[in-house]
Amino acid sequence: MQDHVSDLPVTYVKAILSLAITVLLIWAANRSWGSIPAFGPLLSPFTGFWQNAETVSRQDQTITLGGTKASVTVVFDDLAIPHVFAQNDYDLYFAQGYLTARDRLWQMEFQTHAAAGRVSEIVGERAIELDRYNRRLGMGYGAEQTLKKMQADPTSRQVIEAYTAGVNAWISHLEPAAYPIEYKLLGYAPEPWTPLKCALLLKQLTSTLASGADDLLMTNGFGQYGAAAIAELFPDYPAQESPIIPSGTKLDFTPVPVPAAPADNGFGESMALAVPQMGIHRPHPEIGSNNWAVGAQKSATGQPILSNDPHLGLSLPSIWYQMQLVSPTVNVYGATLPGAPHVIIGFNKNVAWGVTNVGADVLDFYSIKFQDKSRKAYWHDNQWKPVRSRIETIKVKGRPAIIDTVYYTHHGPVVYTTGMDPFRKNIPVGYAARWIAHEPSDETACFYRLNRARTMADYRQALSHYVAPAQNFIFASNQNDIAISPNGRFPLKWKDQGKFLLDGTDPANDWQGYVPSNQNPFVSNPGRGFVSSANQSSTDPSYPYYINWEFAPSERGRRINQRLETMTQVTIDSMRALQNDNYNLRAADALPVLLPLLNEKALTPPQRSALTTLKRWRYNNDVGEIGPTIFQNWMNSFMDMVWKDNFEGKDTKPMRYPTFDRTLELVKKSPTAQWFDNVKTPAKEQLADVVTQSFEAASDTLNKKNGPMGPEWAWGAYKGTDIRHLIPGLDAFSVLDLDIGGGSGIVNATSERWGPSWRMIVAVGQQPKAYGVYPGGQSGNPGSPYYQNMVETWRTGQLNELLYLQSSKDKHPRLTRTMTLN
Amino acid sequence: MIQVIAIAILSLLAQLFLPWWSLAVVAFAVCFVRSNGAGRAFLQGFAGAALTWLGYALLVHISTDGIFTGRMGLLLFKTEGAGLPLLVTTLLGGLVGGLAGMSGYLVRQASGNQAAAH
Repeated sequence: MQDHVSDLPVTYVKAILSLAITVLLIWAANRSWGSIPAFGPLLSPFTGFWQNAETVSRQDQTITLGGTKASVTVVFDDLAIPHVFAQNDYDLYFAQGYLTARDRLWQMEFQTHAAAGRVSEIVGERAIELDRYNRRLGMGYGAEQTLKKMQADPTSRQVIEAYTAGVNAWISHLEPAAYPIEYKLLGYAPEPWTPLKCALLLKQLTSTLASGADDLLMTNGFGQYGAAAIAELFPDYPAQESPIIPSGTKLDFTPVPVPAAPADNGFGESMALAVPQMGIHRPHPEIGSNNWAVGAQKSATGQPILSNDPHLGLSLPSIWYQMQLVSPTVNVYGATLPGAPHVIIGFNKNVAWGVTNVGADVLDFYSIKFQDKSRKAYWHDNQWKPVRSRIETIKVKGRPAIIDTVYYTHHGPVVYTTGMDPFRKNIPVGYAARWIAHEPSDETACFYRLNRARTMADYRQALSHYVAPAQNFIFASNQNDIAISPNGRFPLKWKDQGKFLLDGTDPANDWQGYVPSNQNPFVSNPGRGFVSSANQSSTDPSYPYYINWEFAPSERGRRINQRLETMTQVTIDSMRALQNDNYNLRAADALPVLLPLLNEKALTPPQRSALTTLKRWRYNNDVGEIGPTIFQNWMNSFMDMVWKDNFEGKDTKPMRYPTFDRTLELVKKSPTAQWFDNVKTPAKEQLADVVTQSFEAASDTLNKKNGPMGPEWAWGAYKGTDIRHLIPGLDAFSVLDLDIGGGSGIVNATSERWGPSWRMIVAVGQQPKAYGVYPGGQSGNPGSPYYQNMVETWRTGQLNELLYLQSSKDKHPRLTRTMTLN
Repeated sequence: MIQVIAIAILSLLAQLFLPWWSLAVVAFAVCFVRSNGAGRAFLQGFAGAALTWLGYALLVHISTDGIFTGRMGLLLFKTEGAGLPLLVTTLLGGLVGGLAGMSGYLVRQASGNQAAAH
């Protein structure tokens, strides 16, 4: 009896202790710790990452969803590309949404969360400034405008609603165990898709492709060196160019009058308002793309052949998703964007089309003079006008939400008000952004029509619906028409309007209407037998409207045009060779000019051996070449030595360098220009000194970083191309250090982190014959055999045949299984 | 032994419908009803839960040619290979099951009905 009593507390203590430890362990394993995910649910084979491992399925499937009007047949090929056969358009776009979500749900939701400024909800406070930036730039506002426009058009509205219903049909049947792995790692769940998310995705595209702005940096340069020097160093047309619309193309319209430039060139008081900021390096994303089409007379098939490769940040899950979409009104194949309906780049029975970015100046900044600190009114056109406030609520994981007020003028939102620290350093503080992405627009209406186009007239009609981001739409048809149009909604500007920051009080600086869409640059069936674009100047200076003062460097465009000029009897294979062309035209332009200026006697033995290698190089950026490594390092060092002393400093406002094109022109035409002297040294440097010193510096740096010249210097190894998962730092889900040639400014524009995100070649004809590949795979799931199965084909410059089916009953050895949606 | 099999099968059934930690409830309950010593209960819970997790994980690993196991190993443990993901999965399942089983036994003891436990 005595024993029993004294035992009791011990057994209680033991039981409670054991229970407590058990509960504590479960609690600790059931929650995330900072960036460490919740291990319990993640490791459980019943709900965790094990559930994301997939195998190749060859089983036919019937799925009852209840959302379609009739049954939809989906045929999958061996690359898991769905070929969708629907009996009506509603079902077609429902199936597009459903199938895209099935493969890419996390990616499409994450990208729209990013556009909406909602990343902090998922990852916590480290994304607050990113979210604040996207919201203050008016991404959400712009998406709402676009949604209104899309919903006003009955067809667009039906398409978006069907697509949305399809995505939600997938989400609503999704058990947590089947969530994409990223949800499990970050510890959140998918929410229902909405039509607004389709609009947000299109805004994200505009943000990627049409939000560049050097207005602030240019204005600071203007303040430092004055109008004449800036006009000389930053001309509106490059020295070497081969514009998209060939010179001499006749205008088929009478231009509308262009608004007059104000006497002060738009500066007003804005110069005084520019706030100094330190340490800006101009972001120089290698965004660019190539497309071209050869006419019947140049083609071995006797019918046009079209090629397109849009260059974007190389990322996984893949940017594009291949699909064939068939209904009684359409049979189209191509690359779709997860989150948006239709095919964006593709072909149908009669036509093929593709896009490259235009780089129009469609983002301008206006200084805002508020009446007082309440920011309720601003000065414009000699009167105080009311400010509209928009409240942005940023939810933050593990923290209270942040309430942010954004002030909207008729120009647009004031992105940063005085005292704020901009997330992107090219955004001036105290200025309103006038941005094309804020315009009501319905790009889906353009793609709806392009997907169904039969003729060049249909193509032009489709393009009139397109607003942003402006693209060079290339076209070929089996009626043997080829055409290209730098197309989008272009503000009707006076020359150089928006090259610099603008005075927001003067109505003469406002955007005053748009270039009529049928007067956008356009050329069809030119005498030279081909059309092409590589983001270079849309037109030569004879075009009556101002689109921008600067476009992408001209080397890719000039190289493509040189090659196409000489090519005859073009085949799909010769087009593919051109997509993979590694010729470095910049080197071919610059080395014959710079090498003779180099003082070889001054070089050390390692420098001299680098020079010997460079001189032997035939200007190809192939993987094994060392020449491109030396050339790129030399030119970076050369540009820094010429411009850094004048355009970058601790005590000056941030500015940007002139272009390489302009620099090379100075070397050729003004070798004694003052700019070649380094103002930071007492000595008076000559051009030859800069040429020699920059070569020495580049060679020394390479020797220091990579050891004596050897395999480490080879271009492929030196460059090391990465395709990275959208979540930074997820190396395990990325493909790293690919050995691949090309580079920035090369037709094969594969640089460290950028490159051809989709390559397509289509020979139009009685039946189209098409090939394509992208660096990734159809599935967004890193646990799927289809996550990165096309990377090696892409890396080696090969293409897969794109199966263009006529009916769901078609037989082909590459077709693997059928899915029926009821 | 009967406890190990009971925990393995019952926790498998539970986890098909319930959260991962339902395995702890199963191990607790089985050892509450029938176990013979704290250490034994721990081992029974550990073995039962680990068996289920390792078995299912191995099934997935083999049937998918380990396509994802190595990648997750690289992500979570910075080493490629299936070993660590399988080991850590087994250990975590086992540890939770073992502690729960031991708790089941000890709670039963504390509630004064030791006799039935033997």
